[in-house]
Amino acid sequence: MHIMEGFLPSPWWEIWFLISLPFIVIGLYQLNRLVQEKREALPLLAVAGAFVFVLSSLKLPSFNGSCSHPTGTGLGAILFGPFIAAVLGLIVLVFQAVFLAHGGITTLGANVFSMGIAGPAVAYLIYRAGTRAGANTYATVFVAAALADLVTYVVTSVQLALAFPGTAGFLGAFSAFAAIFAVTQVPLAIIEGAVIALVFKYIVQLKPEILTRLNLLSESTVDKLREAAA
Amino acid sequence: MKYGMEIAVAALIIVFAAVFLYQNAAIQASLSDGEEAWGGADGEAAGIIEASGYEPWIEPFWEPPSGEIESLLFALQAAIGAIVIGYIFGYWQGSRKTA
Repeated sequence: MHIMEGFLPSPWWEIWFLISLPFIVIGLYQLNRLVQEKREALPLLAVAGAFVFVLSSLKLPSFNGSCSHPTGTGLGAILFGPFIAAVLGLIVLVFQAVFLAHGGITTLGANVFSMGIAGPAVAYLIYRAGTRAGANTYATVFVAAALADLVTYVVTSVQLALAFPGTAGFLGAFSAFAAIFAVTQVPLAIIEGAVIALVFKYIVQLKPEILTRLNLLSESTVDKLREAAA
Repeated sequence: MKYGMEIAVAALIIVFAAVFLYQNAAIQASLSDGEEAWGGADGEAAGIIEASGYEPWIEPFWEPPSGEIESLLFALQAAIGAIVIGYIFGYWQGSRKTA
């Protein structure tokens, strides 16, 4: 999903910076409050950030002959909401843009929007809706994380199609980019969802009190999940 | 089932690897000399854009000088993340046992 350096002409790169900026500002504000008020959640925050580091560094081969990488932002979004996930995404994208020439500084706004904001927002909303509806927790986490991954790549396709409609127009360009990004991503999204659901299970087993403190799971759900795994 | 989820995830990864090996055999057979499969999707998208005549208006100010150095930095990125995850999960596991 990385749009490479220089591959977004003006005014698109400025527009995506402007759209992403408020999310980052709110994210920093929320992060600050989390650090002050819920210190016991900090190790979990580090795990969520580290997860983005690991997953976004793994370029996996898909079934159609090209490679792409998962994003890992779904976990952070489920645990801490989409704004803090945007900050985690920003850190990784800066690392990759500066050290790896993967993505770019001018395209950072667009890349933060797809990987740090759009995907996480979807994960967060699905998790909230799923828990409210009383769906199986791990199944909800799976769907939320997998769709966050997929939506990230669909949004990248939209961003590129808006900037480069070419002669085919927006829809034609979108289907060309989506054929590369979204199709390659489907199997990777499934794997990412499964791995994040597994990590969620370990968090429930090891540190359920943080999950209840963050209002992610009720105590009765935690007890039920832990009994099932005992 | 206690390890139901672990088994399901492992099965999924095995299927994923098997599909890759199967597809790879088919793709390698159809490649002509000098062609390389399994490139990055990011690069393919950039290829489409460049084919339309667009030239990037700015270059990255630093690029890993070779594929090896790029792999080194990607491995480093994964290692940093893995250390943090392992440390914290280990710490939680240890403090549960002593509690």
